[in-house]
Amino acid sequence: MISASQRLWRTSPLTYVALVLAALLSIYPFYYMLVIGSRSLDSINDVPPPLTPGNAFGDNFGRVLDNDAANFLTGMMNSIIVSSVVTLSVVLTGSLAGFAFAKLRFRGSNALLLAIIVTMMIPTQMGLIPLWGMMQDLRWYDTLYAVTVPFLVSAFGVFMMRQYASQAISDELIEAGRVDGASTFRIYWSIVLPALRPAAGVLGLLTFMETWNSFIWPYAILTPENPTLQVSLSFLSYAYYTDYSQVFAATAIGTIPLVIVFLVFGRQIIGGIMEGAVKS
Amino acid sequence: MSLSATTAPPSPAAPPSPDLPSRQRRGRLLNHLDVKYSPYLYIAPFFLIFGAFGLYPMVRTAWMSLHDWDMIGEHSFIGFDNYTRLFSDEYFWNALVNTFGIFALSTIPQLLLALFLANLLNRTFLRAKTFFRMAIFMPNVVSVAAVAIVFGMLFQREFGLFNWLLGLVGVDPVDWDGQRWSSWFAISSMVNWRWTGYNTLILLAGMQAIPKDLYEAAEIDGAGPWRQFWQITLPMLKPTFTFVVILSTIGGMQLFTEPLLFANGNILGGSQREFQTLAMYMYEMGISNLNTAGYGAAVAWAIFMIIVVVSLFNFLLVRRSAK
Repeated sequence: MISASQRLWRTSPLTYVALVLAALLSIYPFYYMLVIGSRSLDSINDVPPPLTPGNAFGDNFGRVLDNDAANFLTGMMNSIIVSSVVTLSVVLTGSLAGFAFAKLRFRGSNALLLAIIVTMMIPTQMGLIPLWGMMQDLRWYDTLYAVTVPFLVSAFGVFMMRQYASQAISDELIEAGRVDGASTFRIYWSIVLPALRPAAGVLGLLTFMETWNSFIWPYAILTPENPTLQVSLSFLSYAYYTDYSQVFAATAIGTIPLVIVFLVFGRQIIGGIMEGAVKS
Repeated sequence: MSLSATTAPPSPAAPPSPDLPSRQRRGRLLNHLDVKYSPYLYIAPFFLIFGAFGLYPMVRTAWMSLHDWDMIGEHSFIGFDNYTRLFSDEYFWNALVNTFGIFALSTIPQLLLALFLANLLNRTFLRAKTFFRMAIFMPNVVSVAAVAIVFGMLFQREFGLFNWLLGLVGVDPVDWDGQRWSSWFAISSMVNWRWTGYNTLILLAGMQAIPKDLYEAAEIDGAGPWRQFWQITLPMLKPTFTFVVILSTIGGMQLFTEPLLFANGNILGGSQREFQTLAMYMYEMGISNLNTAGYGAAVAWAIFMIIVVVSLFNFLLVRRSAK
């Protein structure tokens, strides 16, 4: 005889059908990117539309590299630089501030933490127009400073690290460091930071993905000569919107790094998102 | 020798070295300063950078919105004129209607679908859990730009996959970016595709926090799956659901990249502004046209107000309906 809970939680075949369908719909556009990106230009307008990959990916990607309007390689390079710098900084500043809020006592800490949480709710697009003007004044228009410096810190990062630090690090551990005569920074560097590694990993992955994919601000402040990857893709698709096999080869190449990161670290990323949801 | 050494009184000539106490004092002072003030150093980077590039521009947006502001030259104070102008600006209303239309078409089906999928994934004896979770979340990993480009092709008039499928069932090809409803539908489908999985995971996390014995008790009392869903899952999920609704509201009101790329970079959103959103209108006024930056700033604040009002409305709606 099966118990009530077993009866309740068993899974019917229909559940699997629905889930497989949802998974296929989720993955199909990736596949479609590869299909069109690997087809020759004249075969993509066939009726019925092509459903399997071809063998022209190399040719198509070659045309991407030759395309002066998009500066694809510059975009790729810029995206790698910007995303790495932002990720490193968000993790370091986030863990430093999160440690301070979770484990150190100082005047005004509650009010300051509240201020950070409030800023998480304000949409960043609000400041776009003056920020654009500020970048002109700083002579940062069309430079990587403009797309890096404003994003070196993240309210979400501080908050997430604080949550993790307050439960993952015991006060005794900090006390022991103090008794041994370590400075606060030394305690952070050799005790706290290593203990925060799992949360730092998730924060780093999420930040990297977000920065890699950000669009509106780089689009506003960078020119086609010096784009990030997303801006490069957009210009590629405007200027050559009939050459879909070229555009899709570029889109696929620009997406593959993230898909690989996700396939390797997906479990942690999903765990991080779900944990964040329950706590907030 | 050894005797003299042991019996010798402590040599008066060797007092504790004179710099030791001061070094100790300095050490203690440093330690005190470290404990008391170093936390401020650790949180300083956030406040400095956020203050300069987050908060200050936001306040400045408000200041600009009270001016006739030209990014290159003059600005004169005009009070709330920019805001009153919004009321009679038909392009603003057009953008507002478009934004709400796309918002409704994306948020409602998306959240229902996410609720359904989360409920399926919440089965204890589900095989390949991680695979399904990852597959459903995958769309969120791709950039909006790539999504918009791929869907743009799928919705193409002549050779797009969707028109071909419609043709199979005998429906005439649709000019997707030529009409209001069809462009809204196309843009919403991009949003739905990209965000359903994300919302599913958040809702799933909420569902897993519900104590299992509630369900077992209900089962023993003879409640079927549907009743359990309505009377246990939904009410207990209320906080998570509210969170998801508000997140979708903030995202939906700021929609920009999908419609922009669907229009091949035309900030007007179609020849008749069929799908220009509020964020696109803000960009048009504030950044594309440098001489109307003040008015663009007013649009930005209007968007913010709308987000607050709609979030509040949705918050109350969710709280009431799930009671």
